[in-house]
Amino acid sequence: MSLLDVENLTLQFRTDEGIITAVDNVSFSLEPGEVMGLVGESGSGKSVTAKSLMKLNPGNAIYSDDTKITLHLDSGPVDVMSLRNAREMEVVRGGAISMIFQEPMASFAPAISIGKQMVEQLLVHSDMNKKQARDLSIEMLDRVGISDASTRFNQYAFELSGGMRQRAMIAMALSTKPKLLIADEPTTALDVTIQAQVIDLMKDLVTEFNMGIIFITHDLGVVAQTADKVAVMYLGRMVEQGPVREVIRHPHHPYTQGLIAALPKLDDLEAPLVPVPGDIPSPLERPPGCVFHTRCSKIIGDICKTEIPQWVQTAENHRAACHLCKVGSGA
Amino acid sequence: MSDTPLISTDGLSVTFRINAGAFKKFDLKAVEGISIDIPKGSFFGIVGESGSGKTTLGRALLKAVDISEGTATYDDGEVQYDIGSLSGAELTEYRKHAQLIFQDPYAALSPRMTVRDIIAEPLEVMKITKTRTETDERVREIAAKCRLNLEHLRRFPHAFSGGQRQRISIARALVSGPKFIVADESVAALDLSIQADVLNLLKQIQAEMGLTFMFISHDLSVVAHTCDHVAVMYLGRIVESATTRDLFAQPRHPYTKALFSAIPSLDPDDRGKAQKLEGEIPSPTNQPPGCKFHTRCPYAIDICKSAEPKLEKSPDGHAVSCHRWEELLAESAA
Repeated sequence: MSLLDVENLTLQFRTDEGIITAVDNVSFSLEPGEVMGLVGESGSGKSVTAKSLMKLNPGNAIYSDDTKITLHLDSGPVDVMSLRNAREMEVVRGGAISMIFQEPMASFAPAISIGKQMVEQLLVHSDMNKKQARDLSIEMLDRVGISDASTRFNQYAFELSGGMRQRAMIAMALSTKPKLLIADEPTTALDVTIQAQVIDLMKDLVTEFNMGIIFITHDLGVVAQTADKVAVMYLGRMVEQGPVREVIRHPHHPYTQGLIAALPKLDDLEAPLVPVPGDIPSPLERPPGCVFHTRCSKIIGDICKTEIPQWVQTAENHRAACHLCKVGSGA
Repeated sequence: MSDTPLISTDGLSVTFRINAGAFKKFDLKAVEGISIDIPKGSFFGIVGESGSGKTTLGRALLKAVDISEGTATYDDGEVQYDIGSLSGAELTEYRKHAQLIFQDPYAALSPRMTVRDIIAEPLEVMKITKTRTETDERVREIAAKCRLNLEHLRRFPHAFSGGQRQRISIARALVSGPKFIVADESVAALDLSIQADVLNLLKQIQAEMGLTFMFISHDLSVVAHTCDHVAVMYLGRIVESATTRDLFAQPRHPYTKALFSAIPSLDPDDRGKAQKLEGEIPSPTNQPPGCKFHTRCPYAIDICKSAEPKLEKSPDGHAVSCHRWEELLAESAA
């Protein structure tokens, strides 16, 4: 049975300038122990999608009526959309779902020691007493490769280096033994050598805890090294989904192809870098039809400008939302 | 590209005095003993992790921080400057020749100024143009080079995406007609799809205007595609320096190799093949003795812990500072 089912997630924000559609009709599911890479540029709605799973978006967010998010826990399915207040939300927020943020310095409270923050959340989400929570926290810090964990436990975020802080963040997120971990660009602020360490650590932990992970990143290289499957988002819509090998080797959507082409390749230094032309449009001016048509180099006519492309299955579990695929499969 | 260096440093060091309490003071050596030549018209890359001193080196060459030891000179064939001793009017004059492009295009632009005013500001501060029409003309010309149109000039920065903002920053750096540009992590904050676009623009501008770039980055793959020459820094020192082609064909320093290996490969079947570097870069206030890299180096032997290796330059211009590089090279060839 799947761990998470998201169906028709549509999310709009009410702002002074009008209603902004941040996520448009997104559906996906995740199995336990599976890592899904969620890829896209800034403004593509990937973080908002992930936060919706915990209803963490600000008060001006409007979810559509047919949005359905179901989390299958041991105790039975939880309908996230029906959770109304903070107390009900505890089941998912920090309980079944944990989140690792991009900037570890901003996510820890600066004036409270790391240990105290770790203990606090355990007291909220489990039946542990202070002593047990403390022991578990120190054990978790040790597990993520922080040396001298009992000293670090009493230190503050500013005393730790960037890589260490991100490890502490991971330790904290995992100590409640969540079923689903959302990692929002967890390695973007880190140096490459540290990034490699953190990726390894996360891979070890998935196998051990059998969690599902949603890994948000804009770096396809990181996805290739961590994820089992990939979902590519553009301007609030999911444009391609599939197993990681399939999507990276045989991308069908022109946007995915563009992202891969834009990546600097090390085996051919002379190859020119090919940007995806143009800029991501403002969410206030969402293009009609296929949202990508303003930047697409493979546009096939008016259909792209008027009609929203439907999913086309291109291989097993691999699908893309592009009119081009339909033409291709029809021929 | 010619062989005469535009920027040349000899034993350049930057030391910061840290006040750690009323009577406690100590020195932090951010950059130590850097001797490099940046040839005229080249795209010179500086690579390293955070804390390696790459930004400090860039700032020292612009006299944004003081040089504590050694010398740095600028020579474009017409004027010469001894960067370390610049002050007052001479420094203002030097700034017309050397400019900086910042990392974060969201923080670098004032939200209360129009794009036209942002780009025009250096002209007014340095008193390069006399009249408003002359300023406008110059701004329009440089904006066009950076693919910004007249409509853009009237708007405020908040209306622009990251890539467009970085193009505004580039236009502002170029408007005074500099010959030397330090680009400090200029694409690090951008999305991948936009990053390629900005890099291509930098390359194009460099070729058109005959500029010399010092390109600071933590991302080897970006450097590989843009620079002619790369210097790798670790804890304030250059550990390897070579033409991009040589460096990528055969990295000699274990740190450079580790940096390559850490770049996530696009091939999912490469998982777990990367050679991982343990630990983190040591604090510059508490530097290890001997080779600065020995605490993380998988090949470290006793001599690495006591003696600091010199930067050895082979006849082909490939320089490396490692006690064991020849040995390791022979090993990997065998």
